[in-house]
Amino acid sequence: MEKEPYYVPVNNEITLFEAAYANHLPLLLKGPTGCGKTRFMEYMAWRLRRPMITVSCHDDLTTSDLVGRYLVKNGETVWVDGPLTRAVRSGGICYLDEIVEARKDTMVVIHPLADDRRIMPIEKLGQLLEAPDSFCLAISYNPGYQSVLKELKQSTRQRFVAIEFDYPKPALEREIIMHETGLAPAVTDKLLKLAEMTRNLKDNGLEEGASTRLLVHAGKLISKGVEPRAACQGAIALALTDDSDMIAAINELIGALF
Amino acid sequence: MKATEQPYAYATLLERLEELYEVEFTWLKVEQLVQGLVNLDRNTQDFILGWAERLLTTNVYISHEFIIRVVEALDRLERRVIEAWAVHAADTFDQQGLRPALAVIQQVDSFLESAHAHAEGVAFDEVESILSTFVCGLSGRRLKLAQGESVYTDSETLYLPNITAKLVKSKDNFLLCKAQVAFMWAQTRFGSFRVDFATAFADYPDREQALAAFHALDTLRLEAYMERELPGLWRDMQRIERLRLDEMREEGVCNTPLHGMWETCRGVLHTPSATIEDVLALVPQVLGLPIPQPVYQTRLNPDAVTACMLARMEREKILLRVKLAELVKEMGFDSAQPPEDVEEGEEEKKEVTPPEFEMREVQEGQGMELVLDDKPIAPPEDVKQLLTSIMLDWGDVPPEFLVPAGDGEYDPSLYQKEEKDIEDVWKGIYHEEGAFLYREWDFARQHYRKNWCVLRELELPPGDPAYVDKVLDKYQGMIKHLRRTFEAMRDENRLLKRQSQGDDVDIDALVEALADSRDGSEMSDKLFQHMHRADRSMAVMFMVDMSGSTKGWINDAEREALVMLCEVLEKLGDRYAIYGFSGIGRKRCEIYRIKAFDDLYNSATKARIAGIVPKDYTRLGVAIRHLTEKLNTVEAKTRLLITLSDGKPEDYFDIYNTQYGIEDTRQALFEARRTGIHPFCITIDQRGKDYLPHMYGHANWVEIDDVKKLPLKVADIYRRLTS
Repeated sequence: MEKEPYYVPVNNEITLFEAAYANHLPLLLKGPTGCGKTRFMEYMAWRLRRPMITVSCHDDLTTSDLVGRYLVKNGETVWVDGPLTRAVRSGGICYLDEIVEARKDTMVVIHPLADDRRIMPIEKLGQLLEAPDSFCLAISYNPGYQSVLKELKQSTRQRFVAIEFDYPKPALEREIIMHETGLAPAVTDKLLKLAEMTRNLKDNGLEEGASTRLLVHAGKLISKGVEPRAACQGAIALALTDDSDMIAAINELIGALF
Repeated sequence: MKATEQPYAYATLLERLEELYEVEFTWLKVEQLVQGLVNLDRNTQDFILGWAERLLTTNVYISHEFIIRVVEALDRLERRVIEAWAVHAADTFDQQGLRPALAVIQQVDSFLESAHAHAEGVAFDEVESILSTFVCGLSGRRLKLAQGESVYTDSETLYLPNITAKLVKSKDNFLLCKAQVAFMWAQTRFGSFRVDFATAFADYPDREQALAAFHALDTLRLEAYMERELPGLWRDMQRIERLRLDEMREEGVCNTPLHGMWETCRGVLHTPSATIEDVLALVPQVLGLPIPQPVYQTRLNPDAVTACMLARMEREKILLRVKLAELVKEMGFDSAQPPEDVEEGEEEKKEVTPPEFEMREVQEGQGMELVLDDKPIAPPEDVKQLLTSIMLDWGDVPPEFLVPAGDGEYDPSLYQKEEKDIEDVWKGIYHEEGAFLYREWDFARQHYRKNWCVLRELELPPGDPAYVDKVLDKYQGMIKHLRRTFEAMRDENRLLKRQSQGDDVDIDALVEALADSRDGSEMSDKLFQHMHRADRSMAVMFMVDMSGSTKGWINDAEREALVMLCEVLEKLGDRYAIYGFSGIGRKRCEIYRIKAFDDLYNSATKARIAGIVPKDYTRLGVAIRHLTEKLNTVEAKTRLLITLSDGKPEDYFDIYNTQYGIEDTRQALFEARRTGIHPFCITIDQRGKDYLPHMYGHANWVEIDDVKKLPLKVADIYRRLTS
């Protein structure tokens, strides 16, 4: 990270992260989508002056995808490190985003890295990597999407120091949106009001309300000249749900505000 | 003109109508109907006869009356309106019976008058879903929408009429509904009801006039809030008000300009600090003046508001104190425990101070937060909702509300909403509280009967606790065999080598391939290894027929088969649920939980399986609709709905015993399929082939004659879906 990413602390997350990092403890970031977890990680990477490798987890992610694999080059086999191995070797930060999306058997590979051993066996090479002090493992997930199929195993979660994130308080969210989009205060306030309305719909037909990220998207469209209703419909209503009745209701809320 | 397009002749029509109305038995006269029809063109004759036949399935007299009236009204009504009229009559018959339905048919002119309402008005059913969500998005107390005679709120429920048709275009009528809903929300949100209606207007000689003036003034105050809070909607509200005024001018209704005093009051009430006290203070200023009534203004119903608020205030006070006491316990404060800093000797002298809650403003204009012993706490969502509701009623939270309730201080029945026991519905006054309402498909009408079936979920009394063990002993060998069958289906992770695509290079294959190429042979392309992942994601719902006809060996077969299925499904690890269904008539459809998806296969579940007993009849459609909804809440790639039944749909002396029942079941299965569910039927009825292919499709049903075959059939179905 050359340039300081824009990040406004919400609570004591920076202090907590730094203390955990100093003690070589891995971190678990919990919070709804779009509330600033990834941005926080970018900021911490910049602050600690460490390279960061981000892996967006998905259900086809294999252990080889994380650790590395042999590839064939000019008739010879060549070993190529995976992102986790690269982060360990370079003493950087490995950030596994949306960890619950990955298969449980794949995630077992991080266990020896996430306890006091801080080692990583690479079976195919017959190597045992020891993580340097500067290495940091961080994972994130959204507790709102928890289901029987997608929950973090106790054996995984109990290795981490957890930091809980939520949407910033209105005043802070206002500051963030205005900084990120350059919008006028009056329009920003309407966006915040819309966010509050959609968040009221959580568990009433919506899984999640509009995140700070979605508000920034809508704000950026508006600041580029897109009509506010159209911007909110595209960046918020349609992004939140596919349910036609719910989209219609959110559009009515948008229409009531703009 | 082709011969086939010739109008029906008198004799043909007479014969057809005599047959249709079974005149030998009903004594209905059909000559007049024939006279009316004979001079019409063939297309119109077919249209009228088609609808007469559809209405005949509802009631013979309605159908007969329909032909008489429709011929008279043909010139005045479009076909679309005639169809709406016929459907409206059928719906009225469903809901209110023969007389009101006949009145709908006979009073065609009044229907014609309301044709605009039907054409351009918006029905409550159409807007309920969207506007419920809309009002839920607005801040404040959770409000419900319900259908009422007029537009008003009691401070918890917003009532809208069946049809809103004050304006010419339907989109404007929808806007009007939305504006009215927002207006009523504003009344609850901005303190319109923080008035003692009993005393505030007692000194006015004409209480009604004073109330009307108060309501008009409060409307001015609320308009200002709307302008500030929902500017987009406020623009729309002004537009529909202008539309209404234009319409009034066109109709020649004179609009006298309002007295200047209203403008003065508007100036006062448009300030952000204006309160309901300011409104009350201005009432004398406008008494006797003509009162403005914008189109979106709803009716003020002080009696309904007062009754609702009094009940709520008392209930919420108790509920909050009880919830706070629970919160104190959860947070580890125990009033019985002395604080840690008190020494043992002092324990008796000092009384333990109970934890103190208070509400404190976060920052200027940033709302309030709950504080416990000087520390802000994040209360659970239900407590937040309570605090919000209390603040809306009182303006803040009275200190006595924030004292946690002592042990046993309140009888739980005081604060838990009294729910009528659905089990008692047939013992005392019939009610539909706690019941689910489902539509039913009327194939003859070709549309649904709305809210036709009343379904209740009931608990099944447990049966013999030793029953399951007896079945396990009896079928030991069979269960072993079944386990093997099902385990064979159980997929496992395995590494597949020599694949043409994969996650990794298969080094052994690569070495061979390189050797082959050096040798001059063709090089294989199967050089990869691939981890085949076991990714079962199944949810299966067993819908068990508990009708009276299953009495005897069929009921035993069902229970034994379920025991075997549970044993093997537990091994397979798939999620499954079992529900029984039965009932008498459309008002008494019953579903029995035997095992919900989240229930464990434990002694309680086993006892419920043992408790499956034959009950009444088989109204299949409603059970399918209810269990489809349940099944759709489960996250799974494949969802199966397996019906275990002994026969075709039937109900007590009911139309359901006819083709109607089969068609409704078929329609319910269509609805299930549309949501991605795979329905199957395992039947013990040997006549099943007459109707099951029509309902389930040729490949989706099987007939068995032996209990042992049932789990094997389930295994077949599984294999078919997962292989």
